[in-house]
Amino acid sequence: MQIFDPTIFPILAADGLTNGAVYALLALALVLVFAVTRVIFIPQGEFVVFGTLTLATLQLGRTPGTLWLVLALLGIAALMEAFSLARNGQARRGLVTVGVAALLGVGTWAVTDWLAPLKAPLWVQVILTLGLVAPLGPLLYRVVYQPLQNATVLVLLIASVALHLVLTGLALVFFGPEGSRTPAFFEGNLTLGQVTLSWQSLLVIVASAALMLGLYLFFERTMPGKALRATAVNRLGARLVGISPSSAGMLTFTLAALIGALGGVLIGPSVAVTYDSGFLIGLKGFVGAIIGGLVSYPLAAAGAILVGLIESFASFSLSAWKEVIVFTLILPVLLWRSLTTRHIPEDEE
Amino acid sequence: MIPSQTVPKSSFRLGLSVAAVLIALSLPLLLPLFQVTLLTNILIFSIVVTGLVLLTGILGLTSFGQAAFMGVGAYTTAVLTAQMGWNPWLSLPVSLLVTGLIAWFLGLLTLRMQGHYLPLATIAWGISLFYVFGNTPALGGFTGLTDIPPISVFGLELTSPRNFAYLALICLGLVALGAQFLLSSRTGRAMRALRGGPLVAEAFGVSAFGLRVQVFILAALMAALAGWLYAHSQRFVNPTPFGLQAGIEYLFMAVVGGSQHVWGGVMGAGLITQIREQLRDILPGLLGQQGNFEVIVFGALVILVLQFARQGLWPLLERLLPQEGIRILPQREKLSQRARPAPGTPLLSVQHAVKQFGGLRAVGDVSFDLQAGEILGLIGPNGAGKSTMFNLITGVNPATSGQISFMGQDISRRSAGQIHRLGLSRTFQHVHLLPDLTLLENTMMGGYARGRAGIVRSLLHLERGEEAALQHEALRQLERVGLGAQAFTLAGNLALGQQRVLEIARALVADPTLLLLDEPAAGLRYGEKAELVALLRKLREEGITILLVEHDMDLVMGLVDRLVVMNYGEKLAEGSPQQVRDNADVREAYLGVDMEEEGAA
Repeated sequence: MQIFDPTIFPILAADGLTNGAVYALLALALVLVFAVTRVIFIPQGEFVVFGTLTLATLQLGRTPGTLWLVLALLGIAALMEAFSLARNGQARRGLVTVGVAALLGVGTWAVTDWLAPLKAPLWVQVILTLGLVAPLGPLLYRVVYQPLQNATVLVLLIASVALHLVLTGLALVFFGPEGSRTPAFFEGNLTLGQVTLSWQSLLVIVASAALMLGLYLFFERTMPGKALRATAVNRLGARLVGISPSSAGMLTFTLAALIGALGGVLIGPSVAVTYDSGFLIGLKGFVGAIIGGLVSYPLAAAGAILVGLIESFASFSLSAWKEVIVFTLILPVLLWRSLTTRHIPEDEE
Repeated sequence: MIPSQTVPKSSFRLGLSVAAVLIALSLPLLLPLFQVTLLTNILIFSIVVTGLVLLTGILGLTSFGQAAFMGVGAYTTAVLTAQMGWNPWLSLPVSLLVTGLIAWFLGLLTLRMQGHYLPLATIAWGISLFYVFGNTPALGGFTGLTDIPPISVFGLELTSPRNFAYLALICLGLVALGAQFLLSSRTGRAMRALRGGPLVAEAFGVSAFGLRVQVFILAALMAALAGWLYAHSQRFVNPTPFGLQAGIEYLFMAVVGGSQHVWGGVMGAGLITQIREQLRDILPGLLGQQGNFEVIVFGALVILVLQFARQGLWPLLERLLPQEGIRILPQREKLSQRARPAPGTPLLSVQHAVKQFGGLRAVGDVSFDLQAGEILGLIGPNGAGKSTMFNLITGVNPATSGQISFMGQDISRRSAGQIHRLGLSRTFQHVHLLPDLTLLENTMMGGYARGRAGIVRSLLHLERGEEAALQHEALRQLERVGLGAQAFTLAGNLALGQQRVLEIARALVADPTLLLLDEPAAGLRYGEKAELVALLRKLREEGITILLVEHDMDLVMGLVDRLVVMNYGEKLAEGSPQQVRDNADVREAYLGVDMEEEGAA
C-alpha cells in the first residue's frame, strides 16, 4: 500500500493528527453538552464555521453577519426573559434585563463596527471573532433549548437538527456560498528527522492539548466546573443543592461555542471552510464522542483523533469514499457498544 | 354489561372522511398540471412520513434515514427496469426486499441501545448512502440514472401526471389504512406501551427488541414503496432527493403535522412541501441571492412547533372534530383459558435467592414458597430488598444465584415475557398506564400474550375476531374490579386509587394464575383501601393466588394468609399474621426497640 511509503505516511499522519485534534475538541464539547443538558448538539460544527468565516470576513475588513445574529438573538432572549419575569410579577427586573441587553447590544455593535474596517492585527481579530461567536452559545440555549428543558432526548435532538438547518441557512446568507481560508498564524515548517510538520499544525495540536488541559483544570479545580459535573451526574440532585439547570446549561453552551469558535480559528488556515462544512466537521466529532459512549472524555478525544487519522489516510487512497469510510466506522462501534452495554429495563428518560 | 356509550355517534366524522376521499379523488382532475405534480410528490412523501409516524410518533424511535431507504427502493427499481429491462411491477418486490434486508441489519445493530443512538446511526447511514450513490459509476454517479420506464396498469402507461397521481393516491390510501388498522390492534397497543420504555410492555409478554425491529423494517418498507413510486414518476433518479437533508425534512413533516397521528403526518407532508414551493419563489428575491434558504424557515418552524405545540398541528385541528369512539365488535371466538391449579398445590418456590449489585447484597439467601389459592404478603422496612425480590420473580433482573421456580418450571434465567406467559401477571409500584388511551384499551394491553395476531395480520385487519375476544375480556375484567362504567374514559382522567385498580384489571386480562401486586395501596385514601381489600378477597375466592408487596400494615394483616418479612436483604420471619406480629425480631426491625420498653402495642 502506498500510504505506508515512508515519505507519505508521516505527512498523512500529521494531517490526520491536526484535524483529529480539532475533532477531539468538538467531541469534548459534545460530550459535555450531552452530559449536562441531554442535548445531542448537532450544531456544534456550525460554531466552527462561524468561527472561521467570521475571521475571514474580518480579514476582508467587512462587518461579519455574525454580529446581526448575535444582536437578534440578544433581543429575542431579552424579551423572552423579560416576559417570563413579568409573568412572575417582576416587571421591574424584566425592564432592567431589556435595558442591559440593549446596552450590551449597542456596545457589541459599536466595537465590531469600529474594529472591522481597521483590519486590525490577526490576534485582535481572533479575539473579536471569539467575542462574537461565543455569546451565540448561551443565547441559543436561552432561545431554543431552555423552553424545552423538560423535553425528552429525542425532542431535543430534533430541535438540534432544526437549529443546525437554521444556522447553515444563515451562514449562507451571511458569508455566501464560497469557501474561505484564514491566514496561518505561523509560516514555515519544522523538520524532525524524516518528519516535516508545519508550525501551523503544531500550533493546532498544542493549542488543542492546552485547551483540554484547561478544561480538565476547570472541571477538577473550580466551583462552576464542579457544578457542571454534578449536574451531569444527577440533574435533580444538583438542583436540590442549588445549581440551577438553566445557568448550568448556559455555561455549558458558552464553553461549547467557545470551543467551536476556537476550533474554527485553528482549522481555518488548513481547510477551506464553506457555510455547510459544519455538519460534517461536527459529525466527525460525534463519531469520536460515540466511541466514548457520549460519557467518557478521554475515550471521546482518542476516538476523535482516530477519526482524523482514518479520514486522512482514506482521503489519500480512496478520496471519493472518505466520508463513507468515516461514517460506516460508526456501525461497528455501535455494534460493539450494543454488545457491551447491558440492557437495563428501567424507565427511560 | 356493556356500558351504554359503546357506540358514540360519529356520523359527522364519517361524512367528513367521505368528503375528504371525494376531494382527494377529484383533485388530480381539477388542479392545473404543475399542481398535480406537486400533489403527487406530497402523496409520495406522505407514504414515507406515515412510516415515520409509526416509528417515531408511536414507538418513540427517531430516524433521519428514511430518505436513504427511499433511495434504496428507487435505485433498485431504476437499475432493474432501466438497465435490465424488468417490468416495474416485478421490481417492486425486489425493491422492498433489498430495503427490508438493509433495515433488518441496521435494526439488529442499533435497536438494542438507548433511544439516541438510533438517530445518530441513521444520520451516518443517510450520509454514507448518499456518497455511495454518488460515487458508484454503475449507479450514474451524482448525475444519476435516466430512462426509467413508466408503470403500466392494464396496458395503460402512466406517463401523464394525472394518471400517476391516482396510483400514488391509491398507494397512500392503502398505506394509511394499514397504519390505522395497525394502530388499533394488539400490536399497535404494544407499540404505544413500548414508547415509555420496555418495562411494562415486556411484563405483558411483548418482545421489545423484536417489535422495534419489525416496526423499523415496516417504516423502511413504506419508504421503499415511496421510492419506487418516485423513481417511476420522475423517470430518473439522482442522489439528492435521498440525502440526509431529505431525511431530516421527512422527520420535520412528521413533527410539524403531528407525529402521533397518521393524518398528522400527511398534513405535515402537504404543509412543508407547499411552504417550500412558496419560499423558493419568495426568499431568493428577498435576500438578493440564490440558495436553499427555506431551511431557515423550516428549522425555525420546527423549533416553534416543539416549543408551543409539541404534539404537532393535527391534534389542534382534530380537537374541533367530534371524538371518534371505539367500536365494540361482536364476540365470535373465545380466548383460551388456563387450567387453574388446585388450591394448595405449590405454585411459586424461591430457593436461596441471592442478588448482588456490585458490592451490595440486595437479597441474600431468601427462600419461601407460595401455594395456589393463598395471599402471601411480602413486607419489610424500606431498603429491605422487597422490590429486588419482586424483580427477581418477575424476570426484570436475573438472580445472581439460587433458584426460582413457578408452575414447576425453573424461571431463574427466563425473561419477563416468558415468565408472564407461564401465568404470572403484575402491577407496578409507580403506575404505568397510557393516559391518552381509554380504560378499555389500557386493560386490553394486559391480554397481549393471549393474542397471536402479528404485525402483518394487524395491518390487514385480519385479527378482528381475536380483537373482539380481547375487548370483551377487558370489559369483563373492568366490570370485575368495578370500573366497568368508565370503560371509555381516558385513563389519565382517573384518580390515583382508580388507576391502581385499573392496573389490576389489566393484569387480570392476562388470565393469571399468580398475581403480583407491588404496593397497590400506596397513595390510596382510606375508603379506596377498603375497596381494594374487598377486591383482593374476591379475587382469592375466585381462585387467583396473590403475592403482595405492601407497606400498609393494617391492610396486610387483615388480608393475607401468610407473611414473609424481609430485612437487610434477608428473610427475618415467616408465618401467619399473628405469628409475625408476635415475633420479637420483626418488632425490633420495625420499631427498633425492645419488647420490655415498648409495652403493649
